[in-house]
Amino acid sequence: MTLSSVSDVDASSPKHLRGRYAVAGVGETDYMRGSEYSTRSLATWAIRNAMDDAGLAPGDIDGMLSYSGNDSIFSPFVAGDLGIRLNFYMDVHGGGSSTEALIGIAIGVIEAGMCKTVAIFRSMNGYSQVRIGGTGARSAVPINGDQIHHRAYGWQSAGQMFAPTFLRHMYDYGTTPEQVAAVKVAHSKHASNNPKAYYKRRFTVEDVVSSRIICKPLHLLDCCVETDNATCIIVTRLDRARDCRQPPAVIQSVVGRCCKPRIDMHYQHGPISTVAGHYAKDILFPNAGVSPEDIDLTGSYDAFTFTTMLQLEDYGFCKKGEGGDYVSSGIIELGGKRPNNTSGGHLCEGYTHGMNMVIENTRQLRGEVDDSCPVGPDGKRQHTHDYSEGGCRQVKDVELTANLGWAMPGTGSAMIMAKDAR
Amino acid sequence: MPLQGEYMGMMLTVDDVDRENREFFAWCDKGEFRLQRSPESGLLRYPPTTACPWSTDRDYEWVPVEGKGAVHSYVEVHHPIQPAFRDKVPYMILLVDLDTQKGEPSEHEALRVAGNLVTADSEFAPPEAIRSVGIGTRVRMVFSKVADGFSLPQWTIDEDAEQPEAPWRYPQE
Repeated sequence: MTLSSVSDVDASSPKHLRGRYAVAGVGETDYMRGSEYSTRSLATWAIRNAMDDAGLAPGDIDGMLSYSGNDSIFSPFVAGDLGIRLNFYMDVHGGGSSTEALIGIAIGVIEAGMCKTVAIFRSMNGYSQVRIGGTGARSAVPINGDQIHHRAYGWQSAGQMFAPTFLRHMYDYGTTPEQVAAVKVAHSKHASNNPKAYYKRRFTVEDVVSSRIICKPLHLLDCCVETDNATCIIVTRLDRARDCRQPPAVIQSVVGRCCKPRIDMHYQHGPISTVAGHYAKDILFPNAGVSPEDIDLTGSYDAFTFTTMLQLEDYGFCKKGEGGDYVSSGIIELGGKRPNNTSGGHLCEGYTHGMNMVIENTRQLRGEVDDSCPVGPDGKRQHTHDYSEGGCRQVKDVELTANLGWAMPGTGSAMIMAKDAR
Repeated sequence: MPLQGEYMGMMLTVDDVDRENREFFAWCDKGEFRLQRSPESGLLRYPPTTACPWSTDRDYEWVPVEGKGAVHSYVEVHHPIQPAFRDKVPYMILLVDLDTQKGEPSEHEALRVAGNLVTADSEFAPPEAIRSVGIGTRVRMVFSKVADGFSLPQWTIDEDAEQPEAPWRYPQE
């Protein structure tokens, strides 16, 4: 694997932080529909779980970051509920590309001496309150100014907005519906081994391509599930993380909301079948000092089957144009060379705007995913690595993981984590 | 004065201070497709913006542009999200490469203008017309009226143009 170009981003400074920060704790609520909890309550639930996971008390957390699309709760309320006194907080507007970006911000504010440990959360009633697909109340709001250039044409939901990129990739490279459906097949296979996944049923390529068309090229089963849930990731310096209850997932590099030129939703800057990962990869891999070939496990954002495929391709896990072959080759399935979204991701486990994919990779690096394998006398799961239905989902010998977050074709975030070498 | 009107049951508003969009839609209502051109770079841009992305020039002039081009990609919606489109499915959103300034200033750039596939009379296109359109189809611009002084650009099949033998369509009908 040769990296295509040397980035114009100064990688000398980030290199000094390579391996210096870690994910110390992760937690989530159940993945639900009709949660009957407020986003404040869901956030409290997820953060409390992450604190327990890390073995941290309220006094150990002094920073908080969250993101939302005006569909959530602000950090200080949740911190107050949990008895956390904050030295830093910020609530950011945004969706799918926020997870890794906020982890980068957390590293920055800790490095600046503003706080010591940051809890990042995303809390959403994505099914029962504000539906990300733009259905329900969001579908009939007044349309103002710049929005007229798309919403007035019935071009509003994420699937509708991204479809020109997806279709053009099929046109440019001959990608087929069946190839891309393999993403759903893989993720549903993984979800069937994840007791907490919202959808645990395994699907076939035929199931996907025979499900009803939402908007071409997306069938119903090419689209992710909408769920109610909150998720939390706790970031701190590696030396502090080593004092926590769980082995740290060590952060090697982060890319936050890296963009294509002119990221308007009208695709003026082509090729439109290329996504932001094309640019992000030149920060992600050099800063971590590794190449795609070194990665054992990926978490490529699956708002749609296509987003997983496009990102794996543009980050260089295969050649440009060969994403369809890559995702349908078995490589991305448990038992394959480089599984993707072993929790089932957004297509099956639940929709979290990217958080659950980082949570899953953290657990994979610990060697402790929560599957159906029996728990041994030491309280740890005895992973069988038998990936048949209802079985194991722990990947063997995970050393390096990559998360590839997606906001839209023009914007993405990413992160590489490593198992603690100590 | 802001532009405002109800279109297919949707309330569309362009604020008074949103000078760029206000002028754009007002030209459309005169039956003219005009885009901003920076005097500095000489380049056109779409949709309306507050500066030229190639020269940072904040000045612009509205230049008449021929509303003709070829479909670069499209969306064919079968499951409506917005209530206004419930009785319109299937409908198409076309992303059209204008002939003007195609491949400039760099190879893959183009003025890609969105709009629904409509009939020559600006009605939503029937299913048989939708099935005939794909990547490469030649289209021309027509306008849909929102209110006095406020129209939207739309696309219809260019009956006079030479059409590709088989425009590329998603393989499943």
